[in-house]
Amino acid sequence: MSATATATGVRPPAVARRRKRRDKAPVLHAYTWLVIGWLSLPILVMILFGFNDTKGRFNFTWQGFTLQWYRELFQIQDLTTALVNSLTIAIIVTIVSVALGTGIGMALGKYRFFGRGAVDLVLFANIASPEITMGTALLSLFVTLHVSLGYWTIVIAHVMFDIAYVAVTVRARMAGFDKSLEEAARDLGAGSFTTFRLVTLPQIFPGIVAGALLAFALSIDDYIITQFNAGSTQTFPLWVYGASRLGAPPQVNVMGTLVFVGGLLLVLVNMSLLRRRRV
Amino acid sequence: MSKLKARMAPYAMILPGGLWLAVFFVVPIGAMASLSLQQGDLFSGFRQTFHFHTYVDVITQYHDQLVRSFLYGLSTTIIAIVLAYPIAYWIATRGGRHKSTYLFLILLPFFVTFVLRTIAWQFLLADNGIVLSPLKDAHVLPADFHILATSVAVVGGLVYNFLPFMVLPIYVALERIDRSLLEAANDLYASRSQAFLRVVLPLSLPGVFAGVVLTFVPATSDYVNATILGGTGQVMIGNIIETLFIENQDYPQAAALSWVLLTALLIGVFAYARALGTEEVLEVSAA
Repeated sequence: MSATATATGVRPPAVARRRKRRDKAPVLHAYTWLVIGWLSLPILVMILFGFNDTKGRFNFTWQGFTLQWYRELFQIQDLTTALVNSLTIAIIVTIVSVALGTGIGMALGKYRFFGRGAVDLVLFANIASPEITMGTALLSLFVTLHVSLGYWTIVIAHVMFDIAYVAVTVRARMAGFDKSLEEAARDLGAGSFTTFRLVTLPQIFPGIVAGALLAFALSIDDYIITQFNAGSTQTFPLWVYGASRLGAPPQVNVMGTLVFVGGLLLVLVNMSLLRRRRV
Repeated sequence: MSKLKARMAPYAMILPGGLWLAVFFVVPIGAMASLSLQQGDLFSGFRQTFHFHTYVDVITQYHDQLVRSFLYGLSTTIIAIVLAYPIAYWIATRGGRHKSTYLFLILLPFFVTFVLRTIAWQFLLADNGIVLSPLKDAHVLPADFHILATSVAVVGGLVYNFLPFMVLPIYVALERIDRSLLEAANDLYASRSQAFLRVVLPLSLPGVFAGVVLTFVPATSDYVNATILGGTGQVMIGNIIETLFIENQDYPQAAALSWVLLTALLIGVFAYARALGTEEVLEVSAA
């Protein structure tokens, strides 16, 4: 670091200034914004057409501004049920996968033990596997055991793909973990639970929160694995997909918008809390 | 006693989650293999007959869709590298104080459900939609011009949906590069392009490799984009598996085809990860 500082300090000021001007890279800057615009375009369209005063079921051309669909948000019974299912499933799945994934992440981050490589391999395979084959494999198990599909098979499936993400996130947080703090707590007479609560947990907590947010987002967003293990139970993505063949009603846009805004708020609140913690 | 307890600690922590993954992730892959070697139908039941010929049948029958899926996956990955690298490079080197804001904007689509994002593209690109309609009215485009139901629409949708998976790992790899290496290159009279080609690019390759895995696998096995943005000429292997499993309930064929896709992709990914080091790929993917 200090070597860098001297190197920059030694350079003649004129060269430094020229370098700085050239360093702005305006073409790449504009290009980055162009791609961000492209990535945001469908989101803007979704939000905008939630306010569209469309007459029939077809929400294709702009007809004028209305708040009608926000007022009539819960008029479509099946869609409401699907959204409620998605939310409750995501909450249950987040709690279970955080509980299970944190254990794996901590063990991998803290200990060297026999079988560590195998655990790593399973996590890697789980994250790298295509969604469709994880969905069909789980369905094969349910078919073989004659398990009827529905709400709880969706929960099982979502926990299955969320555990690895939580584990990896928590383990990343364990990288800077100082074991001697735990030993110090033990030496001062703290039991293993007290040590965990007062020393270990506060250190890995940001990792757990990040893992929980990721788990929640992946669960509420999932279409492919859910489709194979849902039976006749509907979630928000499944309902939207089914409706898309006929043209999705504007309430879909409104719900999509609300989920979008809710997700943004969650992440922004978390980010500002983390920042305050660091200061 | 306490030493034994300490030795068992990691196993106790892994057990609950490990059991869940064993029962609902590892065992099902075996269940799918077993199902693929059965014969029968939904009414009379399926019997284990070890009828390996099913594999030959599905590969010959769905050869076109398999090849198409891999071509689409490959095109998506290449286009994503070309689009993502300059962005990742710009954010990592010129992002300044706003690096995390830019990354946040790149990740913005993930706050909208995957299916809904794709439907928004269907809406935008519709034959008489808000983009094509005015152009057709102004006679810029012929009246029968369409984007939906073409390979361009499907690959475009795939690139759109998976681009952030490419930007992020490349960014992480670039961000890790020690700036003093660039100073050293500069001191040794390397030109800017030489410094980029011989220092920055090689050091960022692990990020590109991680991005390739994260993009190629979901793009090749996707069927949502092909269904919503494609037509009968863009059917991918995922569509076939979906139809066989859910609509036809021809479980043996569906399971066999799923196995073919899984082994092809996983062998590819593992060979790739082995050649480059699993740790590296996993590490960058996780970050």
